[in-house]
Amino acid sequence: MSTATTPVEHAAPPESGPRALFHRLRHGDEVAHLVTLTFAALILLITTLLVFELWMGSVPTRGKFGFTFFWSKVWDPIGGDFGAIPFIYGTLVTSLLALLIAVPLGLAAAVFLAELAPRKMSDMIAFLIDLLAAIPSVIYGLLGIFVVVPLMRTVIGPALKHTLGFLPLFQGPNYGVGFLTASLVLVIMVVPFIISVSREVLLTVPREQREAALGLGATRWEATWKVVVPWARTGIMGSVFLALARALGETMAVTMVIGNDPKIRESLFAPGYTIAAVIANEFNEATSDLHRSALIELGLVLFLITFILNGLARLLMAATERGGGHS
Amino acid sequence: MGRVKLIWRKSLNVVMLTLTGVAAFGVVAVLFMILGYFIWNGGTSLNLDFFTKLPRPEGEIGGGVANAIVGSLKLLFLAAIIGLPVGLMAGVYLAEFGGKTFSFVIRYTTDLLNGVPSIVIGMFAYSLVVLPVKHYSALAGGAALGLMVVPITVRATEEFLRAIPNTLREGAMALGASKWKTIATVIVPAASGGIITGMLLALARVAGETAPLIFTALGNQYWSPGWGQPISALPLIVYNYAISPYDDWHRQAWAAGLVLLSMVLLANILCRLVISRKGVRSV
Amino acid sequence: MNEQRRTPKIMRKTLVVLCLLFASAAIASAQSNVLLNAAGATFPAPIYSKWFDVYHTAHPNVQVNYQAIGSGGGKAQLTAGTVDFGASDMPMTDDELAKLKTKALHFPTVLGAVVPTYNIPGVSSDLNFSQKALAGIYLGTITKWNDPEIAKANPGVKLPADDIVVVHRSDGSGTSFIWTDFLSKVSPDWKSKVGAGTSPNWPVGLGGKGNDGVMGLVKQTPDSIGYVELIYAMSQKIPYGSVQNAAGKYLKADLAGVSAAAQGAAKDMPADFRVSITDAPGAGSYPISSFTWLLIPTHFDDATKGKAVKDFLAWMLTDGQGYNEALAYAKLPPAVVAKEKKELSEIR
Repeated sequence: MSTATTPVEHAAPPESGPRALFHRLRHGDEVAHLVTLTFAALILLITTLLVFELWMGSVPTRGKFGFTFFWSKVWDPIGGDFGAIPFIYGTLVTSLLALLIAVPLGLAAAVFLAELAPRKMSDMIAFLIDLLAAIPSVIYGLLGIFVVVPLMRTVIGPALKHTLGFLPLFQGPNYGVGFLTASLVLVIMVVPFIISVSREVLLTVPREQREAALGLGATRWEATWKVVVPWARTGIMGSVFLALARALGETMAVTMVIGNDPKIRESLFAPGYTIAAVIANEFNEATSDLHRSALIELGLVLFLITFILNGLARLLMAATERGGGHS
Repeated sequence: MGRVKLIWRKSLNVVMLTLTGVAAFGVVAVLFMILGYFIWNGGTSLNLDFFTKLPRPEGEIGGGVANAIVGSLKLLFLAAIIGLPVGLMAGVYLAEFGGKTFSFVIRYTTDLLNGVPSIVIGMFAYSLVVLPVKHYSALAGGAALGLMVVPITVRATEEFLRAIPNTLREGAMALGASKWKTIATVIVPAASGGIITGMLLALARVAGETAPLIFTALGNQYWSPGWGQPISALPLIVYNYAISPYDDWHRQAWAAGLVLLSMVLLANILCRLVISRKGVRSV
Repeated sequence: MNEQRRTPKIMRKTLVVLCLLFASAAIASAQSNVLLNAAGATFPAPIYSKWFDVYHTAHPNVQVNYQAIGSGGGKAQLTAGTVDFGASDMPMTDDELAKLKTKALHFPTVLGAVVPTYNIPGVSSDLNFSQKALAGIYLGTITKWNDPEIAKANPGVKLPADDIVVVHRSDGSGTSFIWTDFLSKVSPDWKSKVGAGTSPNWPVGLGGKGNDGVMGLVKQTPDSIGYVELIYAMSQKIPYGSVQNAAGKYLKADLAGVSAAAQGAAKDMPADFRVSITDAPGAGSYPISSFTWLLIPTHFDDATKGKAVKDFLAWMLTDGQGYNEALAYAKLPPAVVAKEKKELSEIR
């Protein structure tokens, strides 16, 4: 008997003998296997090369500063002193603040789409929200400069100062650009991801769960909030991690509205800097090797953070698919 | 007592239905507001000059972005020929040939590549393609974008190939076709609709990328001949013009943004409609 | 099964259109020109882009693609070898020159001024800024517009009690160098705390990308102050202030003031043309003036490129200078032009 990959002998055309054809076809299969494998391996090669380049490119600063790079606040290209804290701070603050607003908003919308809305409406709206996710970053940046910044300066900023001005978070001059503005722009950029992934996860929750809750007399909202959402908990967390990873790496929209000042400040109205923004602004012109190396090391840091987050997200998503929110 | 609680629960139900609905419709409304803003601010600038002329010197009024439109198309072309074959072949490997551990490694690496921030890809392309030949070039920009196209293409190809029922494969092999022939002439064509839409979505995604181009394509005020010279692109125009003080450049930034937005949205609407009709999970 | 095989018609049509677009884009490219790629300072970008445009019209086969990414970028990319020549408002230091694989020469091109431009609601008159005021504002020690140091130089002007929004450059900038060079000369405090350079460690302020980025931020942000090259403020019709010079007089930047500042340098120009003319002596000298330079390699592998560059420079030193004043840059002093013409022969 032949194996799965060998063709049945009768079907061979009569030109060359069956043996020769058998060889040729077998050979073709192996060639195909090899060719596609090579391309797949190419991806592995390129990614390894990328990590390698990041590692090697950051040697000068890693050698000079070691771990002190991660708690130094100074960014002084003239003096040759570099530290990552202002950028890590800015990246984390803007992303986490964005999530703080985007997760409740996105989850609410996802719940509506998955549980409360009629199927056709839900599909239509989900389709439109997917389109939001496809809009390029620089478009959001343009809107940021001409719409969000003036809004922040004339409406949102004064309103916040009026109501919450006693908090150090909302004190200090309101430039229009700054941490808060960047966070707001990020909100609208990551909300679509949270909505579409959460909605999908919620839709996979077995009907029996919902029906059981409704059968016991729960209102639709109670069934959703107390039964369905907890069941999809891990998947929703996965969507949050994905959104966070996206926010951390966002470059153009943020660099156009954050103010480009590498300082740590308490006020959300103050200008700041993120890792991606400083690389975009300074990479082309880093004259000293140390300066370029510092930027590459920042890139390595960003890469590692997004790598870990994406990995966690994948694990959480896989866990949801396998067993639902048990535990 | 029980009645009060019931009324409370029922009203909470209604309130939550409304709030979540507001959230969902609010997010959708943003999409339309964005579109509206761009049409309002950029629509009137979409004249013949805009599409056919080259940029004027800094500070002067007029001119167009013809070289940026052509530049974007050239970069997309390069991204397509560099990234799509790799993505397709790797996707075929994962769906049809893959061994268990190696496939896992490849899938994980592809996901990793997908998550790399585009600015880091730009740095990588700079050190790989620009520095050695000492030239900013369309090729470098196309390579950076091509790299970003690969993960999306791999995922789409694998997904749509897997969706083809095994009966098709078995039937072909029962008729005497070898594995590679089955794949090439039966399976891939069957999945081609989904695969091509996946590819188009990948291209639409990189069409709007700016960060990788800053270090690779750099920008050009003129036409960029061949593939080895710096080249202009629509996202670069939007970025550079938006942060400038010139009102005329702002006007052109809105218009360029409108063109870019329309291209991306149209491609996405088209592709997603096709995919949803096929009933396969969207990319 | 048929459904899955048939690629929808509209997809096929789109593909055809795309292929046609790609093909035509690939073909639509001018051929057989001398293409020069240059990058650098935004300070002279308006005059450079004008020059390159005029030169291209007169010599259609020569195309200079100038990308204004900042002086820092110009020097870095020249060192990396990715551009044919660079432009910078800060001369290259000996260390930077040592890193170059091919020796490069500095060619002064124009004289320009850096002005303090501001956007204060309700204030449309020209303000006077003393040396102490500018240093204090940028050090962060002077925080409000109605600070006595600013007010006493501007009697009769009602300054608001608003916080000053300081704007500086976020990229490596020769304009920043000129500004901080001036501040270092007039304020020992500034010199010790920050110093002069293209990417100083700014104590306060927002960062804008390029002269245009700074101008854009100032234009859109009330109560802001920024430093830009003269033409940027003039063309945007944004007010800019007078600066106190070495002789104590308040001068508003103009061609006469800039040329006066360059007089001393014109007489004693060093052979490599690297000189700073900030805080120049003389009652009529505008204190924040500067030359700006093109950084030209002495040897081009491609002979046609070398010739094109030499021809352009020769044109720049003669006909090109005629375009300066319309864009508020001063012409190079004749003595300097003569020296540069001699330097041209060193390019091979």
